[in-house]
Amino acid sequence: MTTTESTPQSGTVTGDAPRPTGPLSKIDYSERIPNNVNLAGDRKLQRALESWQPKFLDWWKNLGPSIPTHDVYLRTAIAVGRDGWAHFDRVPMEEYRWGIFLAERDPDRTVAFGHHKGEPAWQEVPGEYRSDLRRLIVIQGDTEPASVEQQRHLGMTAPSLYDMRNLFQVNVEEGRHLWAMVYLLQAYFGKDGREEAEELLKRNSGDYDSPRILGAFNEETTDWLSFFMFTYFTDRDGKYQLGTLKESGFDPLARTCEFMLKEEAHHMFVGTTGVQRTVQRTAQLMKEHGTDDIWEYGGIPLSVIQKYLNFQYSVSMDLFGSEVSSNAASYYTAGLKGRWMETRRKDDHLLTDYTMEVPGIESGRMTTRTVPMLNALNLDLRNEYSADCENGVKRWNQELEEAGLEQRLFLPHQGFNRKVGAFAGHHVTPTGEIVDEATWERSVGEYLPTAEDRARVAELMVPHHEPGEFAGWISPPSVGINSLPVEYDYVRF
Amino acid sequence: MTTLEDRSAATEGPGPVAEPAATPEVSFDTSPEAYRHWTLSVDGEVATLTLDVAEDGGIVPGYELKMNSYDLGVDIELHDAVQRIRFEHPEVKAVVVTSAKERMFCAGANIKMLAASPHSWKVNFCKFTNETRNGFEDASAHSGLPFLAAVNGTAAGGGYELALACDQIVLVDDNSSAVSLPEVPLLGVLPGTGGLTRVVDKRGVRRDLADVFSTTAEGIRGERAVQWRLVDASVKARDFPQEVARRAAELAARSTRPGAGAGGVALTPLRRETDGDTTRYEHVRVVLDRNSGTATITVLGPAAVPGTVEELQEQGDAAWLLAATRELDDAVLRLRTNELAIGTWLLRTEGDVATTAAYDEFLLANRGHWLVNETIGFYRRTVKRLDTTSRSLFALIEPGSCFVGALAEIAFAADRQFMLEGIWEDAAEEGREALPPAVIRLDEFNTGLLPMSNDLTRLQVRFLGSAAELAAAEAAVGRDLLAADAAELGLVTSTPDDIDWEDEIRLVVEERASFSPDALTGMEANLRFAGRETPETKVFGRLTAWQNWIFQRPNAAGPEGALRRYGTGKRADYDRKRV
Repeated sequence: MTTTESTPQSGTVTGDAPRPTGPLSKIDYSERIPNNVNLAGDRKLQRALESWQPKFLDWWKNLGPSIPTHDVYLRTAIAVGRDGWAHFDRVPMEEYRWGIFLAERDPDRTVAFGHHKGEPAWQEVPGEYRSDLRRLIVIQGDTEPASVEQQRHLGMTAPSLYDMRNLFQVNVEEGRHLWAMVYLLQAYFGKDGREEAEELLKRNSGDYDSPRILGAFNEETTDWLSFFMFTYFTDRDGKYQLGTLKESGFDPLARTCEFMLKEEAHHMFVGTTGVQRTVQRTAQLMKEHGTDDIWEYGGIPLSVIQKYLNFQYSVSMDLFGSEVSSNAASYYTAGLKGRWMETRRKDDHLLTDYTMEVPGIESGRMTTRTVPMLNALNLDLRNEYSADCENGVKRWNQELEEAGLEQRLFLPHQGFNRKVGAFAGHHVTPTGEIVDEATWERSVGEYLPTAEDRARVAELMVPHHEPGEFAGWISPPSVGINSLPVEYDYVRF
Repeated sequence: MTTLEDRSAATEGPGPVAEPAATPEVSFDTSPEAYRHWTLSVDGEVATLTLDVAEDGGIVPGYELKMNSYDLGVDIELHDAVQRIRFEHPEVKAVVVTSAKERMFCAGANIKMLAASPHSWKVNFCKFTNETRNGFEDASAHSGLPFLAAVNGTAAGGGYELALACDQIVLVDDNSSAVSLPEVPLLGVLPGTGGLTRVVDKRGVRRDLADVFSTTAEGIRGERAVQWRLVDASVKARDFPQEVARRAAELAARSTRPGAGAGGVALTPLRRETDGDTTRYEHVRVVLDRNSGTATITVLGPAAVPGTVEELQEQGDAAWLLAATRELDDAVLRLRTNELAIGTWLLRTEGDVATTAAYDEFLLANRGHWLVNETIGFYRRTVKRLDTTSRSLFALIEPGSCFVGALAEIAFAADRQFMLEGIWEDAAEEGREALPPAVIRLDEFNTGLLPMSNDLTRLQVRFLGSAAELAAAEAAVGRDLLAADAAELGLVTSTPDDIDWEDEIRLVVEERASFSPDALTGMEANLRFAGRETPETKVFGRLTAWQNWIFQRPNAAGPEGALRRYGTGKRADYDRKRV
């Protein structure tokens, strides 16, 4: 996963915010809300945001990062051009400028798949698909603030200022992604859209009465290892969902998601390198002390890392929904949600005559059955996702190999620990064996983090808030943010 | 509504009849001078409508209207004739319906026509004929204008149903003329213009006898018909004219109509200008958008209020509510019949709220006058047509509208009401008139004068679930209700402001267009008529709905079905499974 941050550009400030156009309102929106949607000239949007923005700020104050800071070295998107989207500066977090950006419009874009294939992409919501599109956007939007809520206390135990800054960067960008979805709701869905936008702030992760929509977003992120796993596996689900919406026939949604994908890449980077640096430190301690049990030396044992991986991968797999789905089929046919890299695929983009093998369990054995391709699109996307997940695992295993160790991390079987789809209700081990209830209960502690594992990891989560300092369970990165040194005071108190 | 027409023609006809190549545009314009099938004659207090169908006068080519069988064209004349008796002949106090044919009163709807028609045509035809027959009963109940069926020959199917719509039925006793409903035994369909409903509900025929009657193709005649209450009297041919005259005079004597000297109002031809997809009348404008499948129907409010009923009478058919109602009625009928793919109607009004309210007050103050009463009745029936229209109806209540009292019923007849909150903010900048916010104002028209077919007001139906909400709405009579008030009272569905308005309407129209038209028709018909049943609601809700189902079934409409095989000499081959 390459990002702008891992290949820093020169200079700290690049690109200007676009000049406001249209009549100026009392509030200088282009300053407070960087955008390329002509917010200053859009009375409708202004009014919608006037009421929504204070509620968003309240939400951020109440449920955003809980540790007080003076300012943070953050990247802010202020324009969509190559330069504008990566503008770095020290910013007090409550003054962060959440902007609204859509990728540039291609005036010739057409719907690439489904029943409307070849028709000009829709610039307005077609009434026929209003509720489906709104639902898709609300579900996507609901995940964005959820992770901020899940991660709000992590700053307290950051292993370094560098990592704390990365956490906050992820947080503000999730906030911006919420903005992006809210923009679509408010700009294109009228009153219903505004109401849904407010609901997004009313639901809270883990709230008994008003939880987030998807299960994985109601689990608390208790420690930094789960944060890294979350950003690697669960944010990657987000990336793939965005990838399908990027293909949407509804052009503003497609353009919004295209731009969000750039930022999502940074979250992937935080996850990939976070786990990698943890594995690196673990490998170093294992080698140094000649043992797997490195708790007493202040490291996280590789078996525990594997268990965290097993957990996060399996709950993220559930986010793709059932392998066989009529919703996925109708979203595709309607032109609302495509496949990953839809336009690069070499088929008819209608899929009415194609089939796909779908895995499952019958009479206690792994089987497959043939279903119409249109109904198997969730699986198609999940398979793309799984293949991508393998890349990170390879990278982490490189650390083990370089340390001369035999052990390796691996992705568990697709049927492991699943609560949704064909494998739900069965017990499948990480290596793909089907076992009975008793066997599962006996060995589940070897597959998934136990309360004790989590407690011992939590014990290691001791804050390191001096510039250049790093906790003992994780290695420092090789380079800092935006060409700055690793020792830079990325967060000031 | 069927016929025993020409059973000897059985040998000539092939089974399935080809559908007409193209259905011509139907016009509802006619006048007594132009009638081909009916004669309207007035003799003192009694008007006589005589049916003498021209065999070659079908509204669509492809069939002959033998034996006084009818099609839509015949019924358009009947509808027109009744309207003229109401408005042009206030001196008339009773109407006799009879036939000019030997031994045949009326054979009902033409079977060749039904067999050859697309489903939509059959449904529209039945709806219109039902409304015309309901109009007889409405005239009797609300205008003091009773109807007498002088059945001087066989009345079969729709012919007997025509008689059933009258207050009294006198059947000639000639040892052959019978009344019958042969649809079930001969055609595999139902008598679809209220026959089954009226036999038991209106005439009180015992249900087992009604069952025998409805399955006996040749029907019932003479004294037995009287005993079973199928007719009021069976009269020898030689006594028939006198008995009819006696009964007509008796009915006329009980009438509340003004009688001689009242001075009728001539219904002159409607002025209708069509330019592409825009049709303009004087007080009504219809604009079609074929892309979105919508018709925007705008009714213009009154420009002035007559000072006295004499002034109203002098205005004749140019008087605002009469003229606007004729135009709206015509627009509704034409859209229903000719524009099947226009699935959503957007209902608007334009005009001055105060003037419209004053016009209502004028009508209410003079409602005892026959012309005012007829005008209100005509309007009531026209809004009822909206209730039974198989289109999605959305009312758009915008600045500049005049949804007051009578006109507000158009909004309440709609499936949803959208009311603009506030004003058009950019009106001044865009060079349009800056109009004050839209209001709704209720008056007595909303609280009792314009009931639906279930005899409830649209407000009563709307608030069936809450007496308190109904009371609150009725207590708002006379107030100018802004969007927020109307929303609070539950009089409107949604109140977008000018920023959201266009998008909201576009989205709801597009969404509507994406649903199954059949499912929408069924859904809307179910939601519109909450509350109790009346014979009228049963005719539309039960009889018509079942008929429309049967019309689609192979047992009737399939190549081996009874409707298609009728007259071929071949027996219908039924699928015996009950559904």
